[in-house]
Amino acid sequence: MDDPLLIADKALSSRLFVGTAGYPNQQVLLDCLETAGPELVTVSIRRISLEGYAESLVDLLGGRYRLLPNTAGCATVRDAVLTAQLAREALDTSWVKLELIGDRETLYPDVEQLVRAADELVRNGFTVLPYCNEDPVTCQKLADVGCVAVMPLGSWIGSGMGIANPAAIELICSRSPVPVVLDAGIGTASDAALAMELGCDAVLVNTAIARSHDPRRMAAAMRAAVEAGRFARLAGRIPRRRFAEPSSPQLGLIGS
Amino acid sequence: MTRIKVNGQEADVAVTTISELLVARGVEPTARFLAVAVNGSVVRRSQWSSKPLAPGDNIEIVRPFSGG
Repeated sequence: MDDPLLIADKALSSRLFVGTAGYPNQQVLLDCLETAGPELVTVSIRRISLEGYAESLVDLLGGRYRLLPNTAGCATVRDAVLTAQLAREALDTSWVKLELIGDRETLYPDVEQLVRAADELVRNGFTVLPYCNEDPVTCQKLADVGCVAVMPLGSWIGSGMGIANPAAIELICSRSPVPVVLDAGIGTASDAALAMELGCDAVLVNTAIARSHDPRRMAAAMRAAVEAGRFARLAGRIPRRRFAEPSSPQLGLIGS
Repeated sequence: MTRIKVNGQEADVAVTTISELLVARGVEPTARFLAVAVNGSVVRRSQWSSKPLAPGDNIEIVRPFSGG
């Protein structure tokens, strides 16, 4: 089924975005990407080692995937904007997954600074996808300043707690003028399927694959889950009822 | 010698440009995916061998890494 995701007028072939951190080794990462089949793959921007320079894994990925740099770990507008600018220079892309962290322990976004940084980056020509709270007001503000998508958290980064507030995610999806990408908290395949069923346009998964006992198999599970959830969303779930309704015909029962 | 800060570390260097600094650190200036900022502003690759370094400059040299 041809069902591309449009973000900033770019048609993406996959609704599964995959992060590149925390895999047991590079080969497992490459295999997982091959299996999960994402078009967008996230990377961070970090200081180089001053002990010498070696080709990195990103050099391998650059040709095969669209790299989406993040501003992970940034705690100020200034650092996030500079990191985005460095990413644009390093990777020759205006796309950035904007993260502005307000608390090192919970990694919750600093909403006030996040909106300011998004505004500044959009004005500077960036295509901004912000990691944000699962809060419809924040998501609206981010869309209003020109973000091309919003990336609300399902639960805390790396927690594997799944979608802690499905009603909020569904509400965001129903109101958002831009695509919604569920980011953070996915623990297993059903979480990704639920995100899609709630109306998310895509899902970003990293830790749930990378730290799985069998990352390659989980990559396959996530791919299937995102597809299943998307199909179910398009098909439309039946309403929940608080009573039973027989699925077999009531006529022609024997013994009556 | 010029005292500058490179990736958060103070350093006394004999180099005068970003390109020379990279070479002195074992980094090939033509390597892909590098980016450099001086005092909070990105310096385009095309200026790495022309823009002079000044005492007190705060230099960030970055590249992509794995990330989520």
